[in-house]
Amino acid sequence: MTESAASAETDFDIIVVGAGPAGSTAALVAARSGKSVCLIERGTFPGSKNMFGGVIYGRVLDSLIPNWWEQAPVQRWVTRRGTVVMTPTQSLTVDYRSAGWGEAPYNGATAFRPDFDAWLADHAVAAGATLVCSTTVTGVSRDSSGRFSVVSTDRPDGDLSARVVIACDGVNSFIAKDAGLYPHAGDTAHFTLGAKEVLALPREAIEDRFGLVGNEGADLEIIGCTGDIAGGGFIYTNLESIAVGVVLRLSDLAESEHRAEKLIAELKGHPMVAPLVRGAELLEYSAHLIPEGGYDAMPTLGAPGLIISGDAAAFCLGGGLWLEGVNFAIGGGQAAAEVACAGLDRGDDGIGKSMVDDYRSRLEDTFVLADHKKFRNAPGLVLSDRIQFRYPQLVCDLLEGVFRVENPEPKPGLIRLFFRTARKSGLKMRHILVDGWRSARTYG
Amino acid sequence: MFATDPPDPTMASSAPAWPPVSFEDRMATVDFRVSSRAHITLDSSVCRGCPAKACIVACPANLFVPTSDGGMLFNYEQCFECGTCYMVCNGEGAISWSYPEGGHGVAFKRS
Repeated sequence: MTESAASAETDFDIIVVGAGPAGSTAALVAARSGKSVCLIERGTFPGSKNMFGGVIYGRVLDSLIPNWWEQAPVQRWVTRRGTVVMTPTQSLTVDYRSAGWGEAPYNGATAFRPDFDAWLADHAVAAGATLVCSTTVTGVSRDSSGRFSVVSTDRPDGDLSARVVIACDGVNSFIAKDAGLYPHAGDTAHFTLGAKEVLALPREAIEDRFGLVGNEGADLEIIGCTGDIAGGGFIYTNLESIAVGVVLRLSDLAESEHRAEKLIAELKGHPMVAPLVRGAELLEYSAHLIPEGGYDAMPTLGAPGLIISGDAAAFCLGGGLWLEGVNFAIGGGQAAAEVACAGLDRGDDGIGKSMVDDYRSRLEDTFVLADHKKFRNAPGLVLSDRIQFRYPQLVCDLLEGVFRVENPEPKPGLIRLFFRTARKSGLKMRHILVDGWRSARTYG
Repeated sequence: MFATDPPDPTMASSAPAWPPVSFEDRMATVDFRVSSRAHITLDSSVCRGCPAKACIVACPANLFVPTSDGGMLFNYEQCFECGTCYMVCNGEGAISWSYPEGGHGVAFKRS
């Protein structure tokens, strides 16, 4: 590792706060560039504070850790992606399966975050980053030049200084809020609560129930299972356990009588889900906030000396068809480190406001912000009232009408059936057309 | 138990789909390294004037307990550190929220 000039004045070139996927990637990239890097984690080990309802999409890792799939601690490779629309007694599943996703380089994987995050942090350490665990950052403050550079921790004499601070301190990012980057941080419509149960099942039962072989995995995303709360549900297969959970919009949860664990219990009791989870015993219950506001709810991405990434920057695509976060965190962390390193090489001018501008334009050029921008209306659409609370019934009733045999009554044509079902649902044709157009524009 | 005793596929569909889990048992599945310092504190005088008390239902760990005088008790020891409570809280200054000191609080293993 080359010693940079900056190290003489500060403890480190770069301090990264939070050893989740964004932070560990940032530390990995910066350390490989020869910068001195400190990676601070408040848990006893990276990943110990983290949970997700999720799949890790690894393409973003290909250039960082070649053949990462040969060593990453994943549970199963997702070969089955189902999107489920349900009412209390009905369900419709669009069930896509791909044999190709079960072979290298794979598409996505289920994982335990305490395993995966620790593995990624190990790579940062191997690249030369200094990992400091069990240390909570209590604040980041500016130096005399106005740049953020002093990181205070809860360790005795625990202040550290750096030329650049990369804050990957998660969805509650107090660093971003204290720096004034998050004007809408309190908007509960932009955040959801994810709660899940990991339930033990033997491998053979998982493979039989979900129709999987070997390390193949299933990912089922569900709409219509969260009562009067906008959100959704999910089922993921791990190697010897399954994860069942719900995602609930905070603004609705605040006004609801429904508790998260009760909604999970109802989901587990649904006629479509019950046979999948029967007899499975609770291994771990967990919950976490998710920044689902999308592009228009994102904070300012930094300030002189400071860059934010991962959940702290709301890099999380809750777009209905796509539910991605870890890959955006990794992409965001990589961009943060690349921009910070380039800025450091340019001297003081390189780590001021121009660094934040460079960071933003780099993100706009990659999927991290390009996807969020392109699908900026998706979170609002997916969580809108009719999509959440009316269409699941309409869709299920429509399919019920298509597949139910009413002999000796002759079958109606599909168009007539559609109009009849729509009329019965109480939805106005005008609204259905508007929503269809809105969906086409959102995802087009 | 499952290694030797797989679930009976002929099990009647009316049988309970999952073993009932009390909230206490639910939270007992999670590891917490409890700090001596509470990382979240409440000003119960603010809670007394709050008609919504959204925290009670919203907290996934069910840690908010209303008291008979309209106030609120909070058990920080089994907190997921998720942030839901301060996000849904209506009362200015009711919840003082910070992360536990380093190395303390929730420690997930399989999530």
